[in-house]
Amino acid sequence: MKTSLLPTIAHRLAILAYVIFALFPLYWLFKVSLTPNDLLYSEGVRMWPSRTTWEHYSFVLQHSAFPTFFKNSLIVSGSTAIIVTICASLSGYALSRFSFRAKYWIVGLMLLTQMFPLVMLVAPIFKILTPLGLTNSLTGLIVVYTAFNVPFATFLMQSFFDGIPKDLEEAAMIDGATKFTAFREIILPLTLPGIAATLGFVFTAAWSELLFALMLINGNNAATFPVGLLTFVSKFSVDFGQMMAAGVLALIPAALFFLLIQRYLVQGLTAGAVKG
Amino acid sequence: MASIDIQNVKKAYGHVKVLHDIDLQIKDGEFVVLVGPSGCGKSTLLRMIAGLEGVTGGEMRIDGKRVNELHPKDRDIAMVFQSYALYPHMNVAGNMSYSLKLRKTAKEKIAAAVASAASKLGLDPLLDRRPKALSGGQRQRVAMGRAIVRQPKAFLFDEPLSNLDARLREQMRAEIKKMHGDLKATSIYVTHDQIEAMTLADRIVAMHGGVVQQVGAPLELYDRPANLFVAGFIGSPGMNFLDATYSAGGVTLRDGTFVSLPSPLALDDGAKVTVGIRPEHVVMGGEGTGMAASVDLVEPTGFGIILHLSLHGLAFKVFTLDRAALSAGPNVQVVFPSQHLHVFDEGGGRCEPR
Repeated sequence: MKTSLLPTIAHRLAILAYVIFALFPLYWLFKVSLTPNDLLYSEGVRMWPSRTTWEHYSFVLQHSAFPTFFKNSLIVSGSTAIIVTICASLSGYALSRFSFRAKYWIVGLMLLTQMFPLVMLVAPIFKILTPLGLTNSLTGLIVVYTAFNVPFATFLMQSFFDGIPKDLEEAAMIDGATKFTAFREIILPLTLPGIAATLGFVFTAAWSELLFALMLINGNNAATFPVGLLTFVSKFSVDFGQMMAAGVLALIPAALFFLLIQRYLVQGLTAGAVKG
Repeated sequence: MASIDIQNVKKAYGHVKVLHDIDLQIKDGEFVVLVGPSGCGKSTLLRMIAGLEGVTGGEMRIDGKRVNELHPKDRDIAMVFQSYALYPHMNVAGNMSYSLKLRKTAKEKIAAAVASAASKLGLDPLLDRRPKALSGGQRQRVAMGRAIVRQPKAFLFDEPLSNLDARLREQMRAEIKKMHGDLKATSIYVTHDQIEAMTLADRIVAMHGGVVQQVGAPLELYDRPANLFVAGFIGSPGMNFLDATYSAGGVTLRDGTFVSLPSPLALDDGAKVTVGIRPEHVVMGGEGTGMAASVDLVEPTGFGIILHLSLHGLAFKVFTLDRAALSAGPNVQVVFPSQHLHVFDEGGGRCEPR
């Protein structure tokens, strides 16, 4: 079939416009992080500064608490992502495959938890965590993030399990597998794209969470990176160059993470399982 | 190999009963086909034998041993699914050997079993491929290979050919029949396709509405259908049914035509009956030999011709191999040979001679 040139060009242009629109803030972040402080306000709005410098980066890495924030964020987000994904795989599988008495109510309850604005819950959660000694600790953050991410991740995993034909585990059971063996050896490998998506989703959610981190943590020792970014805001000025440099550095793990899992995200592994 | 006994088996989902008192004895090595329209319960029955559905009532025995409460993995039966249900992340050899691996069979034995099954099914060059790199027919073969590798007590087939195109279906049908001849394995085969049922079965079990309608050899169901449902379901194009009234020695059709029967039936005179005749048994005659019918539609199938006729407003079909029927005028003469008439009473049951 011959496609005419004009619609193709228009289509490509539209995509290009969208990509530019979506990526421009990132570009600006990067640009400011390279702009020397003396040029930041003196040059006006320019697409590229007349002179660039890496000094913000070296300052952030050597003279600020940023490496601590970074490590804390990595611990909190990584642990949250792994714990949530394990819980959500099991509960998502249960919701997808079993029918049990309170299923309807459990799903309803899980939806209910997603309806409250988080701000409402900050005070009660603070009140609960204080006697447990979980404020100002990474463990406390992990517990709170896990609790808030499990419901959505469960629904996400459930939809992935729903997409895997039931015939496959029935075939496995007839082949001699127990229900759990069938889950582990047949269903789980096929859900890798779903697991990758869930890991990625939860990791980024925890990575960029600010509200609870701000409320539950004080001091630099247990602060995560979004809280740490605020330390660049002082009473009289905002150190934009250092803040942007820290922001660029904080993007790296998230980008790496998605680079690692993107293979699974795009892979339709179930192709060919059933009629095709 | 094993026999399968199904005694008074019932299945209900809550208050909805889907199977009513099924009784069926399947002999060792027998090929039994469960046939019926969608929703008749045939697949449910098969899945109950496999252990994928619970049994609400009655008893199910494999090789004399009660299996009602047995997990599928402990029943030692193999099943071929309509969707094939191949494991997409394993290659063909992996798919075929999975059951043996779970049974902790020695590696050399697994390799030998897979090789022999693969050569039987012509899968040798495909052993390293993943299912998504196979055609529909090849996937179907792998699914069968996975079943025969294990040498199970029984094979269950759940509409295994439904996803294949017509030509491939015909070919695989013949292969299944040949395989059964070689392995002599007890097999239960579910289909809604009466041609598959007729060609494959030692015995057909016709089901409708969760009730077994008739059990018998294929030709027995064709020649002596036990009721209206079986009469209408077996045969293609389907049997013609005409309302009639019984009187000594014959039936009177609604339009007044009288057709005599070879022997009187166990019915009272004046009883309302349904007369059935297969399209291939209707004889087309010359002028003045039978009843005059008008031609509504002519369907040539290549092999033969299907004529849609109406006889005083009663619609029915005729199947003939005679190409002259193609140029039949607006009116034809038809004869219902009395030895081919099936008579059913008001309840739909077959009427036997007195």
